[in-house]
Amino acid sequence: MEAIREWQAYAYFFLTVFLVVMLYGYILHLYRAEKKGTRDYEKYGKLALDDELTDAPVELNEARENEKNENKEQS
Amino acid sequence: MQNAALEYDYTVAKWFTYLAIIFGIVGMVIGTYIAFELAFPGLNEVFGQYGTFSRLRPLHTNVVAFGFTLSGIFATFYYVGQRTLKVSIAESKFVHGVAKLHFWLYFLLAALMVVSELMGITTSKEYAEMEWPLDVMTVVVWVLWGMAMFGLIGMRREKTLYISMWYYIATFLGVAMLYLFNNMEVPTYLVTGMGKWYHSVSMYAGTNDALVQWWYGHNAVAFVFTVPIIAMIYYYLPKESGQPVFSYKLSLLSFWGLMFVYLWAGSHHLIYSTVPDWMQTMGSIFSVVLILPSWGSAINMLLTMKGEWNQLKESPLIKFMVLASTFYMLSTLEGPIQSIKSVNALAHFTDWIPGHVHDGTLGWVAFMIIAGTLHMAPRFYKREIYSKKLMEMQFWIQTTGIVLYFSSMWIAGITQGMMWRAVDQYGNLAYSFIDTVTVLHPYYTIRAIGGTLFVTGLLMWAYNFYKTMTSDKVLDKEPAFASPMGA
Repeated sequence: MEAIREWQAYAYFFLTVFLVVMLYGYILHLYRAEKKGTRDYEKYGKLALDDELTDAPVELNEARENEKNENKEQS
Repeated sequence: MQNAALEYDYTVAKWFTYLAIIFGIVGMVIGTYIAFELAFPGLNEVFGQYGTFSRLRPLHTNVVAFGFTLSGIFATFYYVGQRTLKVSIAESKFVHGVAKLHFWLYFLLAALMVVSELMGITTSKEYAEMEWPLDVMTVVVWVLWGMAMFGLIGMRREKTLYISMWYYIATFLGVAMLYLFNNMEVPTYLVTGMGKWYHSVSMYAGTNDALVQWWYGHNAVAFVFTVPIIAMIYYYLPKESGQPVFSYKLSLLSFWGLMFVYLWAGSHHLIYSTVPDWMQTMGSIFSVVLILPSWGSAINMLLTMKGEWNQLKESPLIKFMVLASTFYMLSTLEGPIQSIKSVNALAHFTDWIPGHVHDGTLGWVAFMIIAGTLHMAPRFYKREIYSKKLMEMQFWIQTTGIVLYFSSMWIAGITQGMMWRAVDQYGNLAYSFIDTVTVLHPYYTIRAIGGTLFVTGLLMWAYNFYKTMTSDKVLDKEPAFASPMGA
């Protein structure tokens, strides 16, 4: 019984550390990606505002476009 | 050739909106009636077996959760999904057909749910009362929704899924997992030849059953009353106010936080029961941690209004949404407080619990569905909203109703808890059960009045919506942000 309690305490401690690292790691990842210029997360806020079918996509889904072009070429 | 007249197709979104309005009224009329029954027990006898509290309570919870709320979720999904993915559902006959089938089968399922539960046919598991044939049908309806959802995603023009879509997808996956596991049941007639063909018993027994049940029960709150409603507010509040979400990064962080933490909190329903102690503690701890991602989303919404608070005064739609996120903050603070073991010792089984549930469901869920549908109405019908004044009145009447509901239940619940625990100098219980009932009578009456006010607001909502559909104030084009409203 004592041994189980000890294991539980270790597991609890390391799990907490792991979760804290994950949480802060994710925040760091978000900010670092923006700083490096690999991704601008805040522009996605526009997705709700510029949502007419005629509005230019914030990021075009190229897979759809390629598929459409392929279909055109075939026909 | 590109179709120049391509437009979003709101057919299915409209159908689900009508259902949301109908189920909202039906579910909450029943709720108000049973609230009066608790205050005036003679009302139990008015409609014979069909009007007793025990018969109507599951009907109330099922109709508001799986009728009203789910219809609101589907309606907003078929609207928000198309718009944020920049694809019209009508571009694919197959996906559109699946969506229509999704609606009709869901409608049939909901009707069967109402009839069977009114007849008293239930599994007796809270929020999972539907019997096995309806459970099978639920799975089919859910799969159809998934097909429509991923069909739309598959044809999208916009590469990135907006945060609302993340939440709708999470709703789909979360409910699928929870529903399947909690509704594992054995049809008694098919297996043993005993009982009616539609009866079943749970595959789990005793404490295991309780654990699975509350893992499901609490996460039904998560994935029906929270996650898809956040999907709504992340779209409708920025869109109506014309302000992009304050921090998209915070929305992502809150999303993953909520997804991870919520699933572990269910055992707080079983504190001081026969489940292992560590599990109860875990439920408590995760419930408290849950404040962070919940408040992350709510604060993000309030900060979205930064510099634009004048809109709160000017637009009743913004009022509904800002108060919804405020109620979300209130109930996600109240829930964790109730989950703390020492508080739970007082609060468990008291009226404080339904009080907590209703400031979340009325203030947060219903307000967001009402706001969402009224935002969509001018876009559905190319007409301005019939009456701003009516909406303002609805807002204040319903807010008063909610305040009466939760404040009376706070007082009732804490009084009840204190009276149950009170002992005299010899350790004998100071009060009998009927003493508490007598003391609580005025609060039960206040609660029922609060419910009546809320239902009155729903009727105003339905009237305003109907008048918008048939109004002669036609718009030349879809409004970009703030919804146009008649005086």
